[in-house]
Amino acid sequence: MVSDRSWMRDREGLGLWEHRGKVAVVGWGQSHIDRRWDGVTMDRSCGGLTKEACLKALADAGLSLDDIDGLITSAETRAEQTWAPRPYFDPPYDTEDGLTFTSADWIERELGLKNIQYRKSDAPYIGPMMGLAAQAVGDGLCETALVWYPMVNLAGRYGHNNPQNNSPEAPGASAFSLPWGYQNGAMFNNLVIFQQYCKKYGKSHDGLADLCLNLRRNGLLTPWSYYALHEPYQLTREDYLNGRVIEEPLVIYDCDRPVNTCAAFIFTTAERAKDLRQKPIYVLNHAQNGGRGRSTMATLEEHQEAVASLARKMWEGSGLGPDDVDIFNPYDGYLTFTQQFLEGFQWHGVKWGEAHDFYADDIRVEGSHPFLSSGGNNGTGRTRSCLFSDSLEQLRGTAGARQVTVKAETALAGCNTPDSNGFLMLSKEPD
Amino acid sequence: MSTIPGLERPAPVPSDLTQPFWDACNERRLVLQNCTNCQRLQYPPTQRCDQCGSGDNLEWKEVEGKGHIDVYMVIRDSRIRGFRAAQPINFAVITLDEDPGINFLSNLPGTPPGEVPVGAQVELIFEETSTGQLVHEWQGAA
Repeated sequence: MVSDRSWMRDREGLGLWEHRGKVAVVGWGQSHIDRRWDGVTMDRSCGGLTKEACLKALADAGLSLDDIDGLITSAETRAEQTWAPRPYFDPPYDTEDGLTFTSADWIERELGLKNIQYRKSDAPYIGPMMGLAAQAVGDGLCETALVWYPMVNLAGRYGHNNPQNNSPEAPGASAFSLPWGYQNGAMFNNLVIFQQYCKKYGKSHDGLADLCLNLRRNGLLTPWSYYALHEPYQLTREDYLNGRVIEEPLVIYDCDRPVNTCAAFIFTTAERAKDLRQKPIYVLNHAQNGGRGRSTMATLEEHQEAVASLARKMWEGSGLGPDDVDIFNPYDGYLTFTQQFLEGFQWHGVKWGEAHDFYADDIRVEGSHPFLSSGGNNGTGRTRSCLFSDSLEQLRGTAGARQVTVKAETALAGCNTPDSNGFLMLSKEPD
Repeated sequence: MSTIPGLERPAPVPSDLTQPFWDACNERRLVLQNCTNCQRLQYPPTQRCDQCGSGDNLEWKEVEGKGHIDVYMVIRDSRIRGFRAAQPINFAVITLDEDPGINFLSNLPGTPPGEVPVGAQVELIFEETSTGQLVHEWQGAA
């Protein structure tokens, strides 16, 4: 159950993670990526892309279908709408399952998996879902888990099909926000907090330009990314500074672009991982945040404390500290909140209020501070999975043109926002 | 209706919990939950005090509603249907002078979009929504 938070490491004081170094990620598969599903090509539907990603992950790990005994996924695919009332298709595309999400039952049936002991189709979004997968394997609920996260993008403007946004009424908690134009999701509150950040530290929106440009650059160095495949050109500073304004000062280039794709990962025990195709990447800890501010809008101070607490949980459970993290891939769904992670984890010594200066220094992958070497979601399209897959590739040494030149033995990755997220600490060594 | 041209605010739907709040708005009064145990205001309303966790000590307390503009942004491409004809429109966060830990949203009627004096004092007003329900708003203090 999503509502069951007992598996989460969302409190300080839990000590070293009991499965530290005993769980490993041994496989990754990324499906094809498009801007939207065309509603026609079934192997590019949610189900079709999920099958593709899962089979690629199995091949990457050198595992067979019979090796999988756990299936974990999330229904939080950001589809925002059902395929209905449009007519369904022939089986297996005759329900929403396979079109706007892909359940464990669906993939078990379509791939012909025969040894499944553990099924979970209602995991949270990918940040905490990756922690759940590590915990499930560590706890022995399964030995080898296939874990996938589709992002679904159908026709229509994002957010404009949300029924709440088209209603003349504001029920429930929305009565205290919707009448003033507040939109659900991460955009508004985090933009408010960004404005508080700029006010407190004397910064401005222009300070995000260097981050944006470097993310696109890293995304173009990622062969499977949306931009490498479909819009293979670099943004300029002028593009960013003159970007279409969404909610001033937020511009279009601050927002990760919805795409249609799926990523899959394979988690197994350290023991099972020993003789597989890939060098195991061990999980040293997982940690989550979930909370809200005191009043209508959470504040900068509340988000800074939330991330500081997340960092303390991560250090406590992994046994590592700020100086031990080589690769850092926090969420960048809106560029306006990424600095909270950078400063809260004090990566490369960055303190509160210093992120924009850090961005303006050398954050290229070949430089000394390769922040978000994945290209993030702004550089690859909103997969959210890129944060984890790049971390794996960097530690394996297989990131190609994105391979960092600094030491790459540990990686910290996670999403979504400072107040609500799940992060994973990965390492080339189990201890 | 709103004094902001083109704006059709979604109308709040009161619940058992929030009915006293919205009834007070219709009387042009702003009332907040106050925990008499913690002597602490809270907004938006919840079933229990965020601090002590008890629901037994919450009362409605009227506040004057004076505040200051903390930060703002300008809505230019809203996903909310009722706001599209009013764009561009201010979206500001107001902190309550009686307890700056409490904040409210405001579109700052009377303040041109983007010309928002951050830090300025504001005073409480009320605006009508489509059902006739009044909502609390703020405008620059005279």
